[in-house]
Amino acid sequence: MAEVKEEKKVKKAKKLADPVAASYDVASQEMILRAHDLGVETIFDRAENMKPCNIGVQGTCCKNCGMGPCRLPLPKAGIEGEDERKGLCGATANTIAARNFIRMIAGGAAAHSDHGRGVAEVFLAAARKETDDYHIKDIDKLLAVAADLGVDTTVEEDGEILDRDIDEIAVETAEVALNEWGKPEGELLYVKKAPAARYELWKKLGVIPRNIDREIVEIMHRTHIGVDQNYKNLMKQGSRAAIADGWGGSMLATDLQDILFGTPYPVAAEANLGVMKEDMVNLIIHGHEPILSEMIVSVSETQEMIDYAKSKGANGIQLSGICCTANELLQRHGIPLCGNFLQQELAIITGACDAMVVDIQCIMQNIANVAKCFHTKVITTHPIARMEQDNVIHVEFSEHHAREDAEKIVRMAIDNFENRKAEVMIPKHKSLVVAGFGVESTAYELGGTFRKTFFTLNSNIINGRVRGVAGVVGCNNARCRHNEGHIQVVKELIKNDVLVLTTGCNAIACATEGLLTPESAKVYCGDGLAEVCETVGIPPVLHLGSCVDNSRILLAATEVVKAGGLGNDISEWPVAGSAPEWMSEKAISIGHYFVVSGVYTVFGVTFPTSGAPEFQKYLFEDFEKIYGGMWGFEADPVKHAQLMIAHIDKKRKELGIDKARERVLMDMADRQALEA
Amino acid sequence: MSKLIAFAVIQGGYNIISKVEGEYETALQTYDAATKVGFPNTAYYLPIIYSLLGLKVETLEDIREPLEFARSLLPPHVKSKNHLPYLGPLLDAGMGAILALEIKEALRYLNEPDFYLASEEDIDIDAGKIWLGAADDVILRKRGVEFVDGSAPGFAVILGSAPTPQIAKDIVEDYQKKSLYSWFAANHNGTTLTEQLIEAGVQLGWNTRLVPFGPDISSAAFAAGFANRVAMTFGGIEPGNYKKILLYNKERVFAFANALGDVGTEWGAVAGGVLNWGFPVIVDTDIPAVLPTGICTYEHVVPNIPHDQICQKSIETRGLKVTVSEIDIPMSFGPAFEGERVRGADLFAQMGGGKTQATELVKLAEMNEIEDGKVEIIGPDIADIKEGDTLPLGIYIQVAGREFQSDFEPILERQIHHLTNYIQYIMHIGQRDITWVRVSKAAVEKGFSLKHIGVVLHAKFHQDFSNILDKVQVTLYTNKDDVDKLTERARAEYRIRDERVENMSDETEEIFYSCTLCQSFAPNHVCTVSPERTGLCGAYNWMDCKAAYEINPTGPNQPIKKGECLDPVLGQWKGINDFVYKASRGNIDHYNLYSMVTDPMTTCGCCECIAAVLPGLNGVMTVNRDYMGETPCGMKFTTLAGVMGGGASSPGFVGHSKYNITQKKFIIGDGGIKRMVWMPKILKDEIKDRLDKRGEEAYGIKNFSDMIADDTIGVTEDEIRPFLEKVGHPALAMDPIMG
Repeated sequence: MAEVKEEKKVKKAKKLADPVAASYDVASQEMILRAHDLGVETIFDRAENMKPCNIGVQGTCCKNCGMGPCRLPLPKAGIEGEDERKGLCGATANTIAARNFIRMIAGGAAAHSDHGRGVAEVFLAAARKETDDYHIKDIDKLLAVAADLGVDTTVEEDGEILDRDIDEIAVETAEVALNEWGKPEGELLYVKKAPAARYELWKKLGVIPRNIDREIVEIMHRTHIGVDQNYKNLMKQGSRAAIADGWGGSMLATDLQDILFGTPYPVAAEANLGVMKEDMVNLIIHGHEPILSEMIVSVSETQEMIDYAKSKGANGIQLSGICCTANELLQRHGIPLCGNFLQQELAIITGACDAMVVDIQCIMQNIANVAKCFHTKVITTHPIARMEQDNVIHVEFSEHHAREDAEKIVRMAIDNFENRKAEVMIPKHKSLVVAGFGVESTAYELGGTFRKTFFTLNSNIINGRVRGVAGVVGCNNARCRHNEGHIQVVKELIKNDVLVLTTGCNAIACATEGLLTPESAKVYCGDGLAEVCETVGIPPVLHLGSCVDNSRILLAATEVVKAGGLGNDISEWPVAGSAPEWMSEKAISIGHYFVVSGVYTVFGVTFPTSGAPEFQKYLFEDFEKIYGGMWGFEADPVKHAQLMIAHIDKKRKELGIDKARERVLMDMADRQALEA
Repeated sequence: MSKLIAFAVIQGGYNIISKVEGEYETALQTYDAATKVGFPNTAYYLPIIYSLLGLKVETLEDIREPLEFARSLLPPHVKSKNHLPYLGPLLDAGMGAILALEIKEALRYLNEPDFYLASEEDIDIDAGKIWLGAADDVILRKRGVEFVDGSAPGFAVILGSAPTPQIAKDIVEDYQKKSLYSWFAANHNGTTLTEQLIEAGVQLGWNTRLVPFGPDISSAAFAAGFANRVAMTFGGIEPGNYKKILLYNKERVFAFANALGDVGTEWGAVAGGVLNWGFPVIVDTDIPAVLPTGICTYEHVVPNIPHDQICQKSIETRGLKVTVSEIDIPMSFGPAFEGERVRGADLFAQMGGGKTQATELVKLAEMNEIEDGKVEIIGPDIADIKEGDTLPLGIYIQVAGREFQSDFEPILERQIHHLTNYIQYIMHIGQRDITWVRVSKAAVEKGFSLKHIGVVLHAKFHQDFSNILDKVQVTLYTNKDDVDKLTERARAEYRIRDERVENMSDETEEIFYSCTLCQSFAPNHVCTVSPERTGLCGAYNWMDCKAAYEINPTGPNQPIKKGECLDPVLGQWKGINDFVYKASRGNIDHYNLYSMVTDPMTTCGCCECIAAVLPGLNGVMTVNRDYMGETPCGMKFTTLAGVMGGGASSPGFVGHSKYNITQKKFIIGDGGIKRMVWMPKILKDEIKDRLDKRGEEAYGIKNFSDMIADDTIGVTEDEIRPFLEKVGHPALAMDPIMG
């Protein structure tokens, strides 16, 4: 210990983060403090020492060719008269910002969609029975997806309609699904899952994706030097790629994961660093794909592994998750949430993390550095996601020997239990959660087996108990206080009777604050929302899963339209979106598919187009006239929520539900006038 | 707190299903698994199970599947902290309980076949039979029509009992005044509302809209079963389409539950179950409220309602509008009192009915000739006679109005029967010159005067017919001479009217009328009523429709210009087709008025009779809904109605009124009434005179009714063929009916 302290003195020049200012979460504050005590550097400290690039942050730095980077910062005082800023090639600030923006969409869409492709490949292997380790788990969902993809679920034999063989359906569904990534002609099949009015609008605007990959490739082409230099035309392609993500890659990922691993239904669990157990092997799974994590769950629950852990002096195996893998494990198995993006280093700093196994996306390279200070084994598993540090172990995971790989990983974690060095310090803080609100399970919870419906929600939106619905999602961002934006935005919304649907790191933030418990409704909500939560027995913040599961929010919004009484399109009913602490390119892609699906979407922290005011106005204002949804930015969480509420109120007014609902008493003539 | 309710409902679901599973095991040990089970006289098996799950329970063995399904609906218990959502599970547990309770009642029918009074409308107190059990299909159709035409706006399922018999009486009278049916189930600490009402001297049965289903909570299943049969019978929804059946109930069947007394877990389970139907629960005790909307149109559970407000609060919670006629007489008034009897022991005095002459006549008067609201008795009133006396009676009503036509006289006159019957404690039978009015002692105690009949007729005529009349004056004669004079004059009037109607034909009238009254329940059905084809429900002829249109120009009876005749033989017109296409919301683009073989008219669930082709006999049969036996087409009425009703056009079948059988155009496109080879004897006897007359007029056949086979001769084609051959039935020699 003395040595470590000595080292800290030498590096005195570096600033350390103030734990309380760095995170809203007390467990995290404790771990940041511990990191300081142990001299372990974390992202919170680095954020104090390195500021973001002032030009890059505005979105007006162009490094798409070797003549640049061309930097076009917006003067502090703004620009009076004509904006004469240009890159060497003449690209305007609008062009540069738009190119950078849609390249972010391409990055995000690629990440989600490649994840989806991976799932589709495993699904095809399972359908063809080429793997013993994965199987079709949810037949109802398979049949529903088959129908959406135009795969026959019945066969005609001698004039009789019979159920088609499930294996046959599965293989064809997998083939048709996989084809969506690269089919040479036609349009993306899932876009028809959107409300008819939305589909027609997209068709009219010419933004229906042709396949998933092509739209991403075309972004890279268009943003190459000297190709598309009209920000409106660039955004059209950005929109098309975003639709290919939300209504394509992400949605297929979600659906195929549900078929393979089960459609989520409500489960109770716990969240935050306090879920780790000192006397157990703590195996933390971090990343995004359930392909890996599902198998680890399956293996670690076997008696053989439990016995093995006991033979090594542990009381068992405690699995927990970080980032979206955590959400996937939670919604299907009730496995506790360890933490969100900014807690990945902190989980290791407990000294109790015996292994952190990671796959793809949002894995900070620094976990390997932090792990060096402890006994923790960092295990990468995905061929496209490896780390340069030499303490990182790579166990390549494949669907063909998934169980074997998983067993190897679990054994590695168990074997490492006895190597714990530093004293273990697990924060005591954890909260209860209820998660698992997919579209299917929400319809069930709102009406039971016989009346499955979203109408219960619509009815209470119409009568004003629920003012509207917000999808609050997204990352953590070390440029703002960890979790504060998430929690403040959500609390302000539910206080104003807005029901919140959450995914990703926002879901984990809400979980640690106790907002995913049914009991929180009475504490934090307005009277109307509290009463509805009480009636259904739900938390005021519904956990819909991981970040690819934002597709569930799109479908939930569509189900509301279908249930009736709130207009014909997603853009017509009182709904808004938010990512208070976004940072990843995936968030931009998600935000944009929300916007073009008709949802007003507000981002916090920063917005990557501020250096091009004309282009930003296009996204923030003109888009509303085109898509019915538009972007917004507000860093202050309460004002951020208020922007969303104002939009919700505007939609209520447009629907004529801004006044108290009258009780309509029906006589016979009214009943005769009912539509069939 | 909803959580407490969820906890109770789920607990109740477990209790009920476990008990019923036990009873089922006992039954399996007692009886053979192939033993028949079911409710009496119904084509809908155990109707909740049949309608929602599409399963036909016919034997003890068949119970296993739905009972296992009910068990599978039971969710985990609700935890006290960080619980999972419970609305969906609560609805499921309640539904499981209701499915199990229907099975429990089926087992009761098996174990105690005499427990319920079978297919009777009224209870039999003397025999100790006060529980009516499942309504059979005859009751369903008869009463279903009242839900369809609005004369019964909804029903209240009342569980438990009131604190006193008087309160019980007050509550149900509130419902009666609003014309709702009240169905009683369950007991509160051993006391039933039914027994309280009997103690209070209230007449119970379908006729007074106060129906004692049973003494246990399980009998609440009969109410849900009735509602689902309405959805199948009148809504035409196929069994197994549970979501549509339940939404139909939410949107169109205005029912709700009242719980009187402590709501335990089993009542809770039933309450949770009926929410699936969109039926809210209004209770008199202090339980948690569930006010947000969704599964029901408005609130779900409304507690703590005082007894004198429970009726009003209930119909408001259900979103039902009931217009009550406030009429200044000392007795209660409304359709719910129509079916009340005045029995010998209760009788104070009577008029007509063979004891004296009693006659009714409505006549058009000049505006200045009469005084609106004047009601005059010429002769002695009830107060002037003693118990057991009789009086002659002439009810003479003069009506004036700028829009009033003499064509409307018989229509108003026909109202006298039910309007008089609507008066509590008064009974009216017959019409025209064979009227019979019975006055009970209870009426006299309340201060009844014959004048009140006039007050009622004046007020109701104004309420219901304000568009066609301005003044109504009523004179009640009780001296023999006056009555005889009125009778003589009335008979002359009746003759003129009858001739006028008989001389009308489809050819002479350019305008037919639509009737879409039933669309409240059968959304695709459109009746076309022509002078020679009365409505299939038997309630509306052409003249009624015409008057109804004058009274309410935007109502369900609209004039249709029949337009170009597309087929004079089968009876098809362009104007009718166009109208039907629109009014059926594009579902039906044409039909024939005179054929049952080729594209016949659509049929709703409320037809009086259903005709079916009997190809083997080259003829047709018809069956009326009161006949519960088998028929030569292989189906009972109720099965037939299930097969071809609900707003569909079904070649080979057609719904029609009894009267229509002897109208000239009856299936004339298929050969006419000569094709009629079979009908139930009760129907044949009822229309014998007209049948014979029509046979002779059209075909020169004397005593045509004797050539028609009936159920005393046989109920299969094979059984009746020899009879038809013996009497030389003309159908056998006609061209083949199916071309």
